[in-house]
Amino acid sequence: MSSSAKGAKRYEWATFEGIWNRELTLFKRYWLSTTSSSVIQPVIYLLAFGLGVGTLVTEVGGIPYVEFVGTGSVATAVLFASAFPGMFNTYVRRVFQRTYDALLAAPVTVDELALAEGSWIAAKAGFYGSFPLVVTMFFGLTPTWGMLLVPFVGFLTGLGFAFFGMWVSAIIKTIDETTYVTSIVLTPLFLVAGTFFPISNLPSGLQVAAHFNPLYHCVELVRDACFGWEWPADLYHVLFLAGFALITWFVAVRRLRARLVD
Amino acid sequence: MRMLTGQSRPTSGAIKVLGFDIPKDSKQARARMGVVPQMDNLDTEMTVEQNLTTFAALYRIPRRDRREALERALDIAQLSQRRDAKVTELSGGMKRRLLIARGLVHDPELVLLDEPTVGLDPQVRQELWSLIDALRSQGTTVLMSTHYIEEAERLADDVAVLSHGAVIARGTPHELRTAHVGERATEFYGPPDRLSAIEQAAQAAGLATRRTGPSIAVLRSEDAQEDLLNDLGDGVHRAATLEDVFVLLTGEVLE
Repeated sequence: MSSSAKGAKRYEWATFEGIWNRELTLFKRYWLSTTSSSVIQPVIYLLAFGLGVGTLVTEVGGIPYVEFVGTGSVATAVLFASAFPGMFNTYVRRVFQRTYDALLAAPVTVDELALAEGSWIAAKAGFYGSFPLVVTMFFGLTPTWGMLLVPFVGFLTGLGFAFFGMWVSAIIKTIDETTYVTSIVLTPLFLVAGTFFPISNLPSGLQVAAHFNPLYHCVELVRDACFGWEWPADLYHVLFLAGFALITWFVAVRRLRARLVD
Repeated sequence: MRMLTGQSRPTSGAIKVLGFDIPKDSKQARARMGVVPQMDNLDTEMTVEQNLTTFAALYRIPRRDRREALERALDIAQLSQRRDAKVTELSGGMKRRLLIARGLVHDPELVLLDEPTVGLDPQVRQELWSLIDALRSQGTTVLMSTHYIEEAERLADDVAVLSHGAVIARGTPHELRTAHVGERATEFYGPPDRLSAIEQAAQAAGLATRRTGPSIAVLRSEDAQEDLLNDLGDGVHRAATLEDVFVLLTGEVLE
């Protein structure tokens, strides 16, 4: 068999092993700061909203308000742990550190690079996204078996937002433009996801809009994992998040390839 | 250089590296070549050893052989003592050595070196030259681009002179010198007016010249009449160099 007759596979395990190992090495440098802020942030949310708003609202739909916010802020944690690394890490590694140039000079394809980076970010988002649940348990949330699926919900949501961030990183010209994305896209997304108040309180137009917000589907899934599944609504939420991840994956790879291969 | 790794797409023409079509089979080709870029793209947050092990994995070195590959690469770069240093703690020369070692960790058949010594001290440059020469003697094919002609003259078996994207001359350094500038050049120093006068006189006598700033070199002076050279003034003989060839072929003034 001639060497050129055997085409290399577009996705090869060795690449994923290599890139994840690299991420793990870097992670060992920053795990402490990430872990502590992942604990501190939900504590602040729960104190602020639970003690502040909680004096005005005691419960939402039969759920104590602290637990309502605690479960909802899983989505916020997932968003922060996925969209921001997706935007910033990807931009810095591509433009400033030129790490991606180095990786692509080795037997690594853009497809592999995007999937390996995206899935690593999503795995971290799934892990750290579950921290608010643990913190909320200290505020009275009762553990259930369904909660064991929350990291997977976080992973699926995180995958979509990691790819979203990577796509953004490949279309912006300077890193400053990420502030537009943060203020115009991400902030409304996390405020109108049903995290702090149920979207059923919104005007009907906004309610419809909120259904297109991936974080809303994440919030619903997490609450149902904690307080009881609802079929087939939860299947719909999973499918919506999977669709979001597929679309953002596709556009991220396309734009990254255009930027990395000239 | 980026076209050879499939990181840049040619507008026309076909590329084959180690028998693989580029960009179609560039992934397989990249597995068997090492790339040392001009711009440092080391992982600054990682140590010397971590930079090398990352690429040992990406280059598909079997797990049991990675330790050995790592030690070999550290030896090549002479960085065994600094294996736990972060990249930010290394000097410019050390970073360049690490960059080279990273491209050699899988013992590739072909190494691409893009301007390997640009911006380095003469001492460091010389060190890298020994390293490149050692690679060459162990049978690794080295493809190097350089603006530093002395580097090509000392290291290359085969030199291609590129101008505006086209190869305008090719051969061993000796062949190129013999074909274009002969064996000897004679340099004359003086104020600008004087240099112009010498240039005109030499060219009138059919001799090629080259300006080098403070002096003018009359090329192939071994073929010139002694009388003519004496008339031109007090010249200093020197051996012809590849740089003479380069300047003669690509023009004294960059367009």
